[in-house]
Amino acid sequence: MEKAKKRQFGIIATIVLVAVIVLGLMWATATANRNAEHQDTLARVEKLGRIVWGVKADTRLFGLMDTKTGISQGFDIDIARALTVQISKQTGVPMSAEFVPVSTASKMQLLKNTNIDGSVSTMTITPEREKIIDFTNQYFDAGQSILVKKDSGINSIKDMNSSKYTIIVVVGTTAATETAKFAPKAKLLAVQDYATGMQALKSGQGQAMSTDNAILYGFATENPDYHIAGGTFTHGPYGIAFDNNQKPMIKETNAALATIKQNGIYNQLIKKWFSNVPGLDWHSLEAK
Amino acid sequence: MALLQNNFPTFLQGFGYTLLSSIIALIGSMILGTGFAIMQIVPQKWAQVIGNVYVQVFRNIPLLIITFFFFLVVSKYVKMSGFTSGTVALMLYTSAFIAETVRAGILSVNGGQMEGARANGLSFAQAMQYIILPQAFRIALPSLGNQFINLVKNSSILAFVGGLDLMYQGNMVAANTFDTFSTYIIVAIFYLILTLPLSYYIQHLERKLKRAL
Amino acid sequence: MVTLGIFSAFTPQNVLYLLGGLGITVGVSVISVILSLIFGSIVGIIQFERLPYFSKFVGTINNIIRNLPLLLIIFFVYFALPKIGIHLPIFWATVIAMSTFESAMLAEIVRGGLESVDNGQFEGARANGLSNMQTMIYIVLPQAYKKMIPPIISQLISLVKDTSLALGIVLSEMTYRGQIVYAQNSTYIVPVLIAITLVYFLLNYGLSLLAKWADHKLA
Repeated sequence: MEKAKKRQFGIIATIVLVAVIVLGLMWATATANRNAEHQDTLARVEKLGRIVWGVKADTRLFGLMDTKTGISQGFDIDIARALTVQISKQTGVPMSAEFVPVSTASKMQLLKNTNIDGSVSTMTITPEREKIIDFTNQYFDAGQSILVKKDSGINSIKDMNSSKYTIIVVVGTTAATETAKFAPKAKLLAVQDYATGMQALKSGQGQAMSTDNAILYGFATENPDYHIAGGTFTHGPYGIAFDNNQKPMIKETNAALATIKQNGIYNQLIKKWFSNVPGLDWHSLEAK
Repeated sequence: MALLQNNFPTFLQGFGYTLLSSIIALIGSMILGTGFAIMQIVPQKWAQVIGNVYVQVFRNIPLLIITFFFFLVVSKYVKMSGFTSGTVALMLYTSAFIAETVRAGILSVNGGQMEGARANGLSFAQAMQYIILPQAFRIALPSLGNQFINLVKNSSILAFVGGLDLMYQGNMVAANTFDTFSTYIIVAIFYLILTLPLSYYIQHLERKLKRAL
Repeated sequence: MVTLGIFSAFTPQNVLYLLGGLGITVGVSVISVILSLIFGSIVGIIQFERLPYFSKFVGTINNIIRNLPLLLIIFFVYFALPKIGIHLPIFWATVIAMSTFESAMLAEIVRGGLESVDNGQFEGARANGLSNMQTMIYIVLPQAYKKMIPPIISQLISLVKDTSLALGIVLSEMTYRGQIVYAQNSTYIVPVLIAITLVYFLLNYGLSLLAKWADHKLA
């Protein structure tokens, strides 16, 4: 190409590219605004005939990956399956349950982004979260505790209120924000997931790991040198989460939850997953 | 940009830790890298083998795994925080690349110079220190600069082990505000403040070097 | 007890699970390297051609992408793009993030490769009546690519290693699957980390030997 032609081409190409980028940004902002508007989860799952549930993959008893099938196994998964069956019955639309492993750090984002429809992933109902997403009634009763080495001499969270202690938490959990209220002087170490947290505790990155007792029971079962010290110091039952303002979906799910609690399926699942946990009175977890 | 205003101290702290980690890892990996580069070219066979194995191993495994190894396994025996584990891993990983760069630099210095220096009564170490290395570093400067940029970018690995760096703080802000879009753009700008000027300076150096050759 | 852990970590199903993760790691890397070769070449040629304004503009965008951490790009594509209506499954989100980043890296390599081709070749080809486009496709690019094979293989090595970053968005690749296996039992951590390190090493060392061989053969 001779110089003038090259120059012409360069200018035109630049204008086109700038135009594409500007239009792209405008389109992006428009979509962002449109997406901020309401999208009905119930309508979406009925249309697609499936509910995509976000579940844990690294949490014993609630959601632990089965390496054979590639699907998590645990109380949360069984609850999600039972709810899907019940919601299908209620709405008359046959729906299948699909499972996507989520990390504690990512699950809220995935819900907001509609990568998943709902989340049954050991999620505590909190007022702050309720501003951003919707919760059903509680499906499991939990509270925050600490897991420490048996010979550590730490008997409760109060013992840890000193700058010489580090408490391990997971990014995005209620423990990450609540712990500081009970042991304000202790240092916090936030990791990405529970498996890493437990490893970090064992390798001495901290003296305690703090999260819900229910999750810690799983780790205590697996690691006999560790135990839960001092019982729960918060009360934070788990709820099933959906995106914001999903009244129809919440209503269906609450109805389904009430039904499985009534017809005994819920208690069967409690027995299946929690009757073997040492030191846990699993009957107290049953639906009355 | 209220997001930036509200969380400015957090971002700034992250920026500080990223910078600190990068500088420590840079100094460490320059020393280690030069050491292993020299090991690969000394006459002693055993030193060559050690140098080679070190470089090949650290070049070919993911930085994330090295970081996990220090954070979760080594720390059982030697106490170290997430920041330290990440920085040490970053240093070892980068040193393998720096060793390669410096070695290439040394090899590109005319072989006759070593012989000349030795003939003039300098020891191998002296010849290395005064004659070869200064030239090698000058030749390798642009590639070393690129390694430093990579190091700054790779320091984002600290986010996986609670290393308090920019990426970690960004994730925390994103988790609290749910405004992922703006948060990650702000984080990007902070990284670019570090890397972009360096990158343009290296391009300038490269052009200068090319003209000189 | 430790030795027991070493053996019991590698049950057939855990090994298969980890190998499946390796498949995803390799899949992401190979697709990304192909995509970034295409886009990287286009951007590299644009920069090489020195078109007024256009090359500078594209070059600046390229520099910005090149100077960001890959981890940030991955988080951005998966967590921030849905905000503007772009929803990607996790596998493709990773592929797109890695391709974007790698394209920027490869563009630099392509530009460097083109600049190293002797200027006389252009003039010779033009004198023989080939158009600019034809010269590029038949004469210059083949030579440039030959020189670029070793650096391209190094980029593939980086991709294989960098795929591990996608565990931050829970992509089920090898490092993430390693974590899942040692979540079963914490004595598994050392053997599992060593095993996956070994797999990464063998794969990448093999690739680096290939790069060396190609370098030799083409030199």
